[in-house]
Order: sequence, then C-alpha cells, then structure tokens
Amino acid sequence: MVPRLAFPARAERLLSLLGFFALWWLAAALAADPRLLPGPQAVLAVIWQGVLSGEMTGNIGITLARVAAAFVLSMLVGSVLGVFAGRSRRADALLDPWIIITLNLPALVVIVLAYVWVGLNETAAILAVAIVKVPTVVVTVREGARALDPGLDELAAVYHLPRLRRLQRIVAPQLAPYIAAAGRSGLAITWKIVLIVELLGRPNGVGYALNLFFQNFDVAGILAYGLAFAAIMLAIETTLLQPWERRAHAWRRGA
Amino acid sequence: MRGDAALELRIIEKVFGGQPVLRDVGFVAGPGEILALFGPSGAGKSTTLRIALGLDRDFIGHVRRPDARLGVMFQEPRLLPWLSVANNLRLVARDDVSDEKIATLLTGVGLPPAVAALLPGKLSLGMARRTALARALVVDPGLLVLDEPFASLDPQLTAQLGAVVARCARANAVTVLLATHELEQALAIADRILVLSGSPSTLQADIAVPDRRDAAAIDALRRALPARFPFLESSGGR
Repeated sequence: MVPRLAFPARAERLLSLLGFFALWWLAAALAADPRLLPGPQAVLAVIWQGVLSGEMTGNIGITLARVAAAFVLSMLVGSVLGVFAGRSRRADALLDPWIIITLNLPALVVIVLAYVWVGLNETAAILAVAIVKVPTVVVTVREGARALDPGLDELAAVYHLPRLRRLQRIVAPQLAPYIAAAGRSGLAITWKIVLIVELLGRPNGVGYALNLFFQNFDVAGILAYGLAFAAIMLAIETTLLQPWERRAHAWRRGA
Repeated sequence: MRGDAALELRIIEKVFGGQPVLRDVGFVAGPGEILALFGPSGAGKSTTLRIALGLDRDFIGHVRRPDARLGVMFQEPRLLPWLSVANNLRLVARDDVSDEKIATLLTGVGLPPAVAALLPGKLSLGMARRTALARALVVDPGLLVLDEPFASLDPQLTAQLGAVVARCARANAVTVLLATHELEQALAIADRILVLSGSPSTLQADIAVPDRRDAAAIDALRRALPARFPFLESSGGR
C-alpha cells in the first residue's frame, strides 16, 4: 500500500509547486511592474548571478553556519533541561517561570538586548537565537521525559543496568520522537530568527543581504535570497530531519 | 539473618495513602526454595514483592538478599518494544552472553529460535511472557521474583512455564518468590505457601507443601486451604 500512496503524494506536491510558479508568473504579468513583482524568470536569473559571483553562496553559507550553531546549542541545552524538568518536580518548579518568561518574551527584545549587553558579535547573535529557541525545546522534551515508562525504570533498577546503557537503550528511544519533533519545529523557527539577528546586527549573511535589498527596493533580490534559502532549509528538513523522525518511530511500524 | 538464607524479609508495617496495608509479614527463604505468596486481590502480594526487589523502600522493617543477582517477571512482560527479543535478553545480561545461551533459554521456555529476531509487538501475550521469563533467567539469578507471571495464560502453558521455573530452582539452587492467586499453580511447584490476607494484610499462614508424590497429602491440602481461607473458593480452585 505504501508505494501506491507515495507516488500520488509526490505527484500532488509537484503539481502544487508548479501551481505556485504559475500563479506567481500570472500575478507578475498582471502587475506589469518588474520592480514591484518580478516574474520567476527574473528571480531565477538573480539567483544564478548570485551563485556565479559567489556572493549568494557566501551569504547563505554564513547564515547556515549560524543556524547550525544556534540549532545545535539550543537542542543540546533544551534537551538536557527538558529531561531534568520532566524527571524532577523540583527542577520543573525552578525552570517553569523561566520557560514561561522566555516563551513570552518577543524575539526582537532578546536580540536587541543580546547585542546591547554582549556586543555586536557572533556570540551575541548565536546566544540570542538560542535563548529564543531553548524554551520551546524544553517544553517538548519535558513532555517526553514525563511520559517515560516508570515500569522500564524499575526494570533497569532491578537489573542494575549501567547508567550509559539505561540512557542508550531505555531513555533515548523513548525520548527520540519528542527530540525529533522539537528538532523539526526548531529548525523552522531558528532560521527565521537568525535572519532577524543578521538584519539587525551582522555585516554578512542572508538577513544582512535582505536588508540591503530592502534599502534599494530590490524586490527581485529579496525574493531570490528568500526563496533560495527556504529551498535549502526545506531540503535539509526532507533529507535529514524527516528521515531521522521516521527512524525514531521505526519500531512502531515494525511492531 | 539465618546463615544459609537467600532472602530474609520482615515488614513490620507498610503504609500507603495514610492507611496501613501490610503488617507483620516476615519470612526467610533458603537457596532453591520456591515460596508461593498467596492471597486475594489487593492483599499486598505485589507490594511485598516490590519490597523484596528493593523497588519500595518506604516501609518499616528490613529485607536482606546476600545474592545481588535478581531475576524478575512483573505482571506485565515489560519488554522494550524497540529491541528484538534477543536484544531484550542482552539488555540485562552480561556483556559476554553468547548467542547459544540466548537460543537455549528461548527454546527452554518453548519459543522457536526464529523469535529471537522479532520485535515484541509481533508476539502474542503468551510469547511475551515466555520472553520475560527467559530474560529473568538470562542473568543466572540467585533470587527469582515472579509477580502473577502466568496470569491469563491457558492451563497447559501455565503448567509448562511453572515446570521451567521449578526445574531452574532445583538445578541451580535459585530461590523463587512467586505471587499468585492460583492455588493449583502454588500446589504444583511451591515448597511453601505463604498466605496474606486481612486488613491490613498480615501473614496468616506459612504452610509447607507435602512431597508431590504423595497425592493424598496434596489433595488434603487442596481441600483444607479453601476451608481455612474462604477467599480461595472464588479465586483459587481449578
């Protein structure tokens, strides 16, 4: 059944994408103003030029590095704190007010304060993104830690399983779906915040480039960078994160 | 503690939710001895087992187990669904456990070798319970704790797995503490029957099971126990 369902789903996705480009082309033709809404061909030409000159690839590479650093940092810190909060009432009580405050703090406030207090540098940029992202990872992983099967903890206790084996064989497989979910939603949030961070205080990256295009009213440049970067993040999600999430759930399908 | 005891348990009082649930429950088990802990539902059999396993330390009294190697079967199989049957056994076994030992144990509990590669989700309840028993035995336990291990299994399988437990206890001097509410199961394999009942539950009797070759004595015990403990009329006899 799966292959039969998979093909139409892929075909529908492709059709939907073609529909998007067709609508865009039509809207650009109706607008008849390439400065306000350039067509797909014009935007693709800007992308091609950016790739050839190395300017776009350079900016995208820098942004990807920032996204990766902030993503890894927030996933690591958020997962550890989430496990503590889910396993210990005291840790949860201590962390909960911080989580609520940081969840409700506008990302812009965090970014501006990070630049003011730490300086206009990479540390401030990565830290700001991590501060915004960590609470959402904590909340998701905390749910996973709360859902850990106490019966399996007892099993580990009776057989005196070493701590590492418990973590690898008992805890990690139960947390994996939650961490994968936090990762998927986290990546989407992280790269959007990174662009704001770059727009406000970095001398390079996609966010910085978008700011320049905005000041020059270069809509083709804005669309070129926006689409190229979104396509790369989509590729990362479909080739890395989605297969990882499927692997985390694999034993359920095998059961 | 008695010199040759494999398990010494003494519960002066166990309180749950502000209410005493167990009081004056104490026994000593020797190596290779099979004790059937018997009582109606809610009599505190599982709580006593959890105390024996060291999972519940919130009680007044003491528990001593000179041999730290424990094997356990909980009421539910508690297999890890993401690990194959063989890996469920390897999880608790020594690092150098051989494939042959795992295969022998699985065959011993009546599972075909091909089951080793399956995930627990593919197993029936009976197969899952057999796997849980094999996992309890893979550690070469000094004390085997079984909580209603064969509940909801058919009588033939119950007898078969009971025989595996009894054989293991006799051959390797494994002490077995078995919670059950099936009188026939207790009579079939136990050396002693401990009866828990009352509110709070207390140890009402510690009865030595006669030699099983003496059918008349076993039959007499089969008739005497329900007369002394009425709850057996509804829960025990088969």
